[in-house]
Amino acid sequence: MDKMVPYPSGAIVPERDLNKTPILETHHLGIDFGGLTAVDDFSLTVGRTEICGLIGPNGAGKTTVFNMLTNVYQPTRGTILLDGRSTAGKTTAQVNRMGIARTFQNIRLFSNMSVLDNVKVGLHNSIKEGFFASVTHAFGFRKAEKIADGRALELLDFFSMADIAGAKAGSLPYGAQRRLEIVRALATNPGIILLDEPAAGMNPSETAELMENIRRIRDTFQISVMLIEHDMNLVMNICEGICVLDHGKIIAKGTPEEIKSDPAVIEAYLGKKKEADGNAEG
Amino acid sequence: MTLVSNLINGISLGSVYAIIALGYTMVYGIAKMLNFAHGDVIMVGAYISYVSTASLNVPPLLSVVIAMAVCTVLGILIEGLAYRPLRKASSLAVLITAIGVSYLLQNAALLIWGSTPISFASVVPFDSVSLFGGKLVITAESIVTVAVSIVIMVLLNLFTKKGKMGKAMRAVSEDKDAAQLMGINTNATISMTFAIGSALAAVAGVLLCSAYPMLTPTTGSMPGIKAFTAAVFGGIGSIPGAMLGGIMLGVIEIFATSYISSELSNAILFAILIIVLLVKPTGLLGKAVKEKV
Amino acid sequence: MLKYKSLSKFARTNITTYGIVIIAFAILFPLQSAGMLSNSINGQLIPICAYIVLAISLNLTVGVLGELSLGHAGFMSVGAFSGVIAAASMQDAVGFEPLRLALTIIIGGIFAGIAGLLIGIPVLRLRGDYLAIVTLAFGEIIKNIINCLYVGIDAGGLHFSVTDTASLGMSGGRIILNGPQGAVGISKIATFPAGFILILFTLFIVLNLIYSRTGRAITAIRDNRIAAESVGIGVTKYKLTAFIVSAALAGMAGALYAMNFSTIAPRKFDFNTSILILVFVVLGGMGNILGSIIATTVLYMLPEMLRDFRGFSDYRMLIYAVVLILVMLLTNSSKAKQTAENIKFRLKNTFTRRKGGGSGEVSENG
Repeated sequence: MDKMVPYPSGAIVPERDLNKTPILETHHLGIDFGGLTAVDDFSLTVGRTEICGLIGPNGAGKTTVFNMLTNVYQPTRGTILLDGRSTAGKTTAQVNRMGIARTFQNIRLFSNMSVLDNVKVGLHNSIKEGFFASVTHAFGFRKAEKIADGRALELLDFFSMADIAGAKAGSLPYGAQRRLEIVRALATNPGIILLDEPAAGMNPSETAELMENIRRIRDTFQISVMLIEHDMNLVMNICEGICVLDHGKIIAKGTPEEIKSDPAVIEAYLGKKKEADGNAEG
Repeated sequence: MTLVSNLINGISLGSVYAIIALGYTMVYGIAKMLNFAHGDVIMVGAYISYVSTASLNVPPLLSVVIAMAVCTVLGILIEGLAYRPLRKASSLAVLITAIGVSYLLQNAALLIWGSTPISFASVVPFDSVSLFGGKLVITAESIVTVAVSIVIMVLLNLFTKKGKMGKAMRAVSEDKDAAQLMGINTNATISMTFAIGSALAAVAGVLLCSAYPMLTPTTGSMPGIKAFTAAVFGGIGSIPGAMLGGIMLGVIEIFATSYISSELSNAILFAILIIVLLVKPTGLLGKAVKEKV
Repeated sequence: MLKYKSLSKFARTNITTYGIVIIAFAILFPLQSAGMLSNSINGQLIPICAYIVLAISLNLTVGVLGELSLGHAGFMSVGAFSGVIAAASMQDAVGFEPLRLALTIIIGGIFAGIAGLLIGIPVLRLRGDYLAIVTLAFGEIIKNIINCLYVGIDAGGLHFSVTDTASLGMSGGRIILNGPQGAVGISKIATFPAGFILILFTLFIVLNLIYSRTGRAITAIRDNRIAAESVGIGVTKYKLTAFIVSAALAGMAGALYAMNFSTIAPRKFDFNTSILILVFVVLGGMGNILGSIIATTVLYMLPEMLRDFRGFSDYRMLIYAVVLILVMLLTNSSKAKQTAENIKFRLKNTFTRRKGGGSGEVSENG
């Protein structure tokens, strides 16, 4: 059990041993859908408190990678080590309890529940309230709910959302829904959080705020962040490591500077255009 | 010989289930709704045929045509009045409405024809076929039922694969909005599906009551539920699936009745359905749809 | 402040729901005791209590968990017949009738809960319409099996058979379950206050559950299963929890229901009964517990009240069907919703005009 230490923000997060093994390692991960290989030979290491970007053209298999990491899809080949432990054969829920949380490209909130309850669902596994306490509202029910409310509000406050805790999640504006998804994922107390296109549909000022928030998440909670994003400005600005995926295969890995000048990456993003130009001339 | 005879009876009963199941599966495929009133359309079809022959002295074959016509109109009316306004409503709301329609048909029939069972005269004009010196008797109803169901299945397959209307139906079942954008009149297509399904229900009703001549306002309920089960068994939305599911269900039912227990035949039937669905959650010929994350 | 808000919503729901139930009982019970209720209403009090419990418990599966179940009468049946057997076995041992009734209801609930567990494990792997058809199938299977069950009791205890009464091998004693005829010679020990207490118990369990960690998990699964899994909620566990609680409460209602009749046949608990309960739930509003109570009372009484009107009694089920369809169309069709909005808008305009006097220019383009 991790020891709990207070952070300046007031949020309570577990103390983490940052010198341990990498939070996430994949070895030759691959998946086939009906004979078609969607992702192949995906090997990647994400270090503690690293912000890692996963980029690539549409249909490259980025979300499929997230789905494999969270065991929404069971990989056909390869292994995933989360916090040094294999996730093979685990359910999505079990993998989450092992320390990985995520957001979704198409927002998936519990839209009929309040903002506060969405976060409390995220806190589910840290609330000590059994079935009998639930049914009777006794046996420590009040205490457990009070602690949960407190933690949920702290987390919401971290993203300046505490004042809308009573609102229905489905009625929030788009940007707030995206933030709430992140808060809910953080509530599960992960070692690494996967963000699937967090800046999609955001204007430049919202994107700037998001970048700030991603850094704050990493610094405050001392966790790793892996994100899929098409906004290159965001990726190059905040990611320490970048992995480029094309047609289900990794074509480049490295720092933003290395990626920017990688010929394979330039070809993947611009190659088709050149080819088309060439055809037009010929 | 009893084995062969049971098999034939099973296939015959199964063919009736298959014809009903085709109506269920087509409606489900296109409107994504469980039309629980479908079984009661069977009953209406049988009553219309009965009234035509018994009171109006119409020849049996013509009475079937009349029953089909009446049920077609009934199907279109039900769809237009009860289901069309709920196109955007939750599937549960549509389900409850369908149950309301089912109650309505049953109780209307109860008021018109009463609850006394009517002994239905078979519409099949032939005699039973006796084989192996009388060791194996195949009723004419069995032969006609199987033949009719095969013809329906072939025609329906041709219709949905080749015809313009059939293509429209497949397009609507695939994606209603996209079909509409391509200029397909979705409402007309859905009406058409109900019309075909209801006409088939009339045929099924007449065949069912020819083989099992007891007609009451609730005659359609249990065959309706079983045919629905058959449609799910074969993979709901799939026409060959409905056919396969129906026939398998009929055979299982007859075998369970003769070899295990007539009281438990329904329990065995449903138990097999459950096992099939647990092994193959979308039915025998159903397509597995992967949820997009 | 926020905590107060979320708690107060729970308190508000609680006060209105419990309040209405208690007031209804406080009015009806003295009337019943004084013999001032008509025979038809008097005879329906206990069935209505049972159906209210059934509707609330089905609402847990359909409204809160979001899975369509078409076999709820199956659990009612398990509760009813296990209750009947239990009551007959306890007839001599437990002389005090309210206690025997309470034990009967508890045993009915336990057996139905076990049935819920056994059925839930395979069924809950399926989704949507497939789950619905399998619950339907289980309901039919339960009905069929009980149809073949013969149970008798004599000095040597309980005797079971699946063939006929002769094979029970009884020495004296009496038959409790007689195959398709069902339970015979039940001593009618159900009372209206017992039904009332069972409703309160059901409300206590279900309302508490909805506003709790377990309830949040169940609701989260309904709203978005994949998201619920992604935050570490074991979907099967919570689906099963909701399903078992729902089945156990239905079993308790079944036991109460059976104890109100001297004979009861297994075919009473068929698909149509499951559908009847589902109609109560849907018309009362998904996840709306008070709605379930009101819809059950009104819809259960409706055919009976129509029976009392001369000339209507033949048409009562027809009228019931038409009312059902019309209510569904009026509450769910987009056109009807728009018309209702328009009427509301007009009424509001008329009202403000009359009140304000000066605001007469408000256009009525709505």
